[in-house]
Amino acid sequence: MFADSILWPALLNGLTMGSVYVLIALGLTLIYGVLHIINFAHGSLLMLAMYLVLMLFQGAGVDPYAAIPLLVLAMFALGYGLQRFVISRASHARDENILLVTLGLSLVIENLAIHFFHSDPRSLETAYSINTVDVLGAHVSVPRALAVAGALVCGAALWYLMARTDLGRAIRAVAKERQGAMAVGIDVRHIFAMSFGIGLACVGVAACFLLPMYYVSPHVGNSFVLVAFTVVVLGGMGSFAGSIIGGIIVGLVESLCGLYLGESLSQIGVFVIFIAILLFRPLGLLGHRA
Amino acid sequence: MLRIERLTKDFGGLRAVDGVSLEVPKGGITALIGPNGAGKTTCFALISGFIPVDSGRVEFDARDITGMPPHRVCRLGMVRTFQIVQPFASQTVLENVAVGSHLHRARRSDALAHARDVAHRVGLDADIDRRAASLPIARRKRLELARALAVEPKLLLLDEVLAGLNPTEIDEMVPVIQGIRESGVTILMIEHVMQAVVRLAGYVWVLNHGALIARGRPDEVVLEPAVVEAYLGKRAASTYRTQAAGAGI
Amino acid sequence: MRRELPALLAFGAAMAAIPLIVSSEYLMTLATLALYSALLGISWNILGGFGGQYSFGHAVFFGTGAYVNAVAQVRFGLSAWAALPLAVCGGALVGVLIGAPVFRYGLRGSYFALVTLAFAEVFRVLANTFDFTGAGVGMMIQLKPGAGQFQFTDPSGFLWAVLVMVMVGLLASLWLRHSRFGAQLVAVRENEDAARALGVDAFRVKLGAIALSGALMAAGGFFYMQKFNYIDPPLGFGASVSVEALLVAIVGGIGSVYGPVVGAFALEALGQLTTALIGKDPALSVALYGVILILMVAFMPSGLAGLGEKLLRRGERGR
Repeated sequence: MFADSILWPALLNGLTMGSVYVLIALGLTLIYGVLHIINFAHGSLLMLAMYLVLMLFQGAGVDPYAAIPLLVLAMFALGYGLQRFVISRASHARDENILLVTLGLSLVIENLAIHFFHSDPRSLETAYSINTVDVLGAHVSVPRALAVAGALVCGAALWYLMARTDLGRAIRAVAKERQGAMAVGIDVRHIFAMSFGIGLACVGVAACFLLPMYYVSPHVGNSFVLVAFTVVVLGGMGSFAGSIIGGIIVGLVESLCGLYLGESLSQIGVFVIFIAILLFRPLGLLGHRA
Repeated sequence: MLRIERLTKDFGGLRAVDGVSLEVPKGGITALIGPNGAGKTTCFALISGFIPVDSGRVEFDARDITGMPPHRVCRLGMVRTFQIVQPFASQTVLENVAVGSHLHRARRSDALAHARDVAHRVGLDADIDRRAASLPIARRKRLELARALAVEPKLLLLDEVLAGLNPTEIDEMVPVIQGIRESGVTILMIEHVMQAVVRLAGYVWVLNHGALIARGRPDEVVLEPAVVEAYLGKRAASTYRTQAAGAGI
Repeated sequence: MRRELPALLAFGAAMAAIPLIVSSEYLMTLATLALYSALLGISWNILGGFGGQYSFGHAVFFGTGAYVNAVAQVRFGLSAWAALPLAVCGGALVGVLIGAPVFRYGLRGSYFALVTLAFAEVFRVLANTFDFTGAGVGMMIQLKPGAGQFQFTDPSGFLWAVLVMVMVGLLASLWLRHSRFGAQLVAVRENEDAARALGVDAFRVKLGAIALSGALMAAGGFFYMQKFNYIDPPLGFGASVSVEALLVAIVGGIGSVYGPVVGAFALEALGQLTTALIGKDPALSVALYGVILILMVAFMPSGLAGLGEKLLRRGERGR
């Protein structure tokens, strides 16, 4: 029934891309929810992770999906270090400064990437990346289908972490009531760094799923920054479930805009949503007041 | 000068202000008292336009100002101060007060001159070039007062201007407030410091749980059972009554 | 205010004298670019420094100025001098269009920064889509040398032109320092509620600031177009212009009048130094700027101008 429709593939496209957005946004939500930082460097860190995946593949033959544990470790360590030793120190914990520091970080990362990798887009191809899966008459490439699975697994893993582990409880405590958490002996600086690390670990996972279905260039980060923020703001700052819903919605909107308005205007739907949410419903769909 | 009628405000399920009606006559000092959480500051915010009114009416100088935004209320002659002082931290005392002076003065030099004058009246000469952030709390309270005065208001809403001050500082502030009244400004003050209320206020309104529970002259209101109960709780209030009866009051 | 004018005139005279003292065209171009950078920084500083609203998408005004200029000349046949007021008004208008909803709904801080970025991106995508603005190819204005066309044959012409714009910007900043509007703007920056309680219409004040800032930034866009004859969506609305504006203001000293000028010349000098040391690598320079941004925020939050003030005060105390 769906075989002849052009809408169905576009919807699937939106769903699969949206899954990647979910993965990116989950990390951003955690970072915002706990540290109340708008991490401007999120996009460029995604780009960095993608290059890491690419280098592992081209240099050591590591399959991008097999690289997930490596990326998780590497990005977690990077995130922990960045928050503990760079961001918190430089910004003196003031909001406007954090904004500028993360902007500075994104400039450094992006331009070092331009310097070392040059601006041409690169992609990787595995044995199965051109295989497709048939979904109700439309063909979805294997990497895209895997992205959906990845988002679900990652979302579930994060949920388990936050709901069932001691670390998750500590993180939630710090997110809700910083002073109180300190009073009961939680090392807040450590929790902040852990949260940032976990947030970046999510980005690492996102990179593993994104690279096989997309490409990487130093400018890729920029394209994803605003989209990631749109997802987080739409879903509701600080809400994981919101990020999941938001990611899917944004993916769908982008795909449909591309279908009906053309490629160059596809992103405009996303930006308009972003502006509209900030103006009219800043809490987003599922957000809660801090 | 100021009349509010059945002012009501709900926050979610909580009724913060419940049908409060009161009057502030021109030229005197009227106090609004009540235990913490009674809704006094919320009343101020409603009156001065910082939060929207759910129902009721605010009339200032015979004019309905319900729901008018704060800057317009100010231009009509009503200024409020804040319970937690809100200085312009990186600006000097002079510059802080000048913002108020600018309401009626367009030229910078005029505003600065007026600000200097107001600061002098309130006793802030020594600090005039100090950054507001570097002032101790007592001086910050005075700055808050000076800024509000610089607007040349008809009605001044003072929100716990004596809170956090030690007895010496309170003794220093009371004449300043009296001086303001004497210069023709009507004052409505929220205050916890009872000795100051008794010394300053000509009339008192008492709020508890968002509703008006008593009104009258300060020395009478303080003894009313409902008021004592509101502040001290039922048991303490009955103990007090017993003691007072025993002492033949 | 009158006390500040001698210093301003001295500065202007000193800058204007550069073409008379320096014969190297290279150095003159450097000075011109530094002044152009300063203009961007002065514009950002009005909204970000005085107003306390950090914009991450200031390119939206720059691109407006450049594109209005290009469209006015190429599509409507106007002369450059006629296009200048249009470009400046365009910048102010875009400022109001963006500021009205954004300030009405109380967006501040990080949200304000993000939303300005989003607006810049929207404009970039729109410019990229429509043939009227040249789509992806961009727009070029014809080479018509001559002062009457605002395409000066002598490089000193460009320097003096941008200097006039910088002087206007500095005058505007000084005016903010010594006017009721400026005092109200700073009050809103420091504590919006307290300002409102004192009769300040915060919305109107912020709107005025963004319009003024947008107008100056659009002048920068106009100038860019005249100097380089070409604009396209990433150049006009892209992140590099936005970053340049804020970096210059922050390095120079947020909220100070001459800070952006100091910042612009300092960054220009640094750029020349790095080129001399490691060769021309735009990416590495920008990476360096990122590092500088972080270092400034960490160690010199009041910028170079703040540092200068501190040293001056220490010098006075020593006497």
